[in-house]
Amino acid sequence: MNFHAVRAIYQFELARTWRTLFQSIFTPVLTTSLYFVVFGSAIGGRMQEIEGVSYGAFIIPGLMLLTILSESIANASFGIYLPRFTGTIYELLSAPVGVAETLLGYVGAAATKSIVLATIILITARFFVPYHIVHPLWAAVFLGLIAVSFCLFGFILGCWADGFEKLQVVPLMVVTPLTFLGGTFYSINMLPPAWRTISLFNPIVYLVNGLRWSFYGTADVDIRISAGLTLLFLIGCIGVVTWIFRSGWRLRS
Amino acid sequence: MQPILALSGLSKTYVSGHQALKSVDLEIRRGEIFALLGPNGAGKTTLIGAVCGLVRPTGGTIRVDGKDVADDWRAARARIGLVPQELATDMFEKVADTVAFSRGLFGRPRDPAVVERVLRSLSLWDKRDSKIMQLSGGMKRRVLIAKALAHEPDILFLDEPTAGVDVELRRDMWTLIGALREGGVTIILTTHYIEEAEEMADRIGVIDKGELILVEEKRALLAQLGKTEAEIGLAAPLAAIPEALADWPLALSGDGETLTYTVTAEEAEARGLPLLLKRLDGLGIEFRALDTHRSSLEDIFVDLVERRA
Repeated sequence: MNFHAVRAIYQFELARTWRTLFQSIFTPVLTTSLYFVVFGSAIGGRMQEIEGVSYGAFIIPGLMLLTILSESIANASFGIYLPRFTGTIYELLSAPVGVAETLLGYVGAAATKSIVLATIILITARFFVPYHIVHPLWAAVFLGLIAVSFCLFGFILGCWADGFEKLQVVPLMVVTPLTFLGGTFYSINMLPPAWRTISLFNPIVYLVNGLRWSFYGTADVDIRISAGLTLLFLIGCIGVVTWIFRSGWRLRS
Repeated sequence: MQPILALSGLSKTYVSGHQALKSVDLEIRRGEIFALLGPNGAGKTTLIGAVCGLVRPTGGTIRVDGKDVADDWRAARARIGLVPQELATDMFEKVADTVAFSRGLFGRPRDPAVVERVLRSLSLWDKRDSKIMQLSGGMKRRVLIAKALAHEPDILFLDEPTAGVDVELRRDMWTLIGALREGGVTIILTTHYIEEAEEMADRIGVIDKGELILVEEKRALLAQLGKTEAEIGLAAPLAAIPEALADWPLALSGDGETLTYTVTAEEAEARGLPLLLKRLDGLGIEFRALDTHRSSLEDIFVDLVERRA
């Protein structure tokens, strides 16, 4: 294992975040604050409690997920796509660096950023709504799993994309709609039965469900299914990334 | 002594069906400067890519200091530095940071002293805090060289190092490459500028259409294949080459006013130009002009490639 390389990549990627502080930290925090102002304070006050949790607090896990998913995908995909686009990837490919180092460096940095963002959002939420986390340890585990999985997914996207457009299309056209429809702002139990069943095909439902359970102890679907599917997604992504490196797909000619 | 780099049967066929390398065998000696010449698309960059891990070979083996690159890729790659042809840089990074990054990537611990030494040797020290995008093309090229040297490699590949570089910088680069060789680094470069190979290389390889058609000591190559040509302008036109000179390598122009004498460097030892001029004098043939031209590596190269075309 080439630890110097891991450190070099990790620091390089975090330095990129630092350089674009406004875009990478302030923008998502501002966006989330706006959601809290609108749904938490303005509208939330007129909404009923959901399963004993005030609406403003109920949407916290969903909002965190909304940011984590989009930021994880954006950061990790951009991190590997940019060197492919500028051609600087030659250096990574000619270096004594394997799958493990690349993932620890690129995905590790992107996941770190996502987790920092999630923490900032959680702190920001305090200013708008009171909340209490029932299973903080599980919340941390879920957040970590989700951040890492979607950074891996973003990494795959960054390898696959052959233009900036494709880089944008998947998060905007696939992940964001699935997140909104995945029970971010509501419990899927509030839906008519047919729509509830359809929702169960949306993988994001299980992520929101898992995180919300760790926050408030209530779940729409069995928490073990949530945890299992999240883990499965993580393993699947690792598998795809390993294959990309073994085969050199989109990286080596 | 074991070659520092040995290619055997190296071949590469791209998915498109294009055969970029056709079973190339090549041994690079420790500490030499090897110049790989070839027209565009000859396979130079593919060959370098295969050694450095950018291109997956279809067949053959590559050994770095006796170790197979496929089996022992980490150890092999840690010893190689690559300066690519394209000016691919992280535009928003600072010069010193990007060089330190390269060192880490190749598995070496941080060492600001090494980074400073490398930057100074490339006259980049004053620019260490500049963002790369603020630099000129020539300076960017230097940054790429600095990155390739940051982990103190034993083998340095320079793919067209002086393409698009002004004359002054090209001279600087030659000096630098000379200094690296003094320090024991083996250098393999590809180039379009044949004067570059002529100036610096110890040995020369010519690659064309994916085949290595010639590998030779530069001096021997110039001696064997280099030609000396002399055009002798005659005072009075000749109808034909005189009998006495029949076995000399001479050609007479259509108007009979110019004799052209062509020899290789080896032949010239036995039948040099001074002797010819003495003979002409003895035969009473007077001349009014003499123009000699010694062929450069470029002529040899063009000749070789054209012969195959």
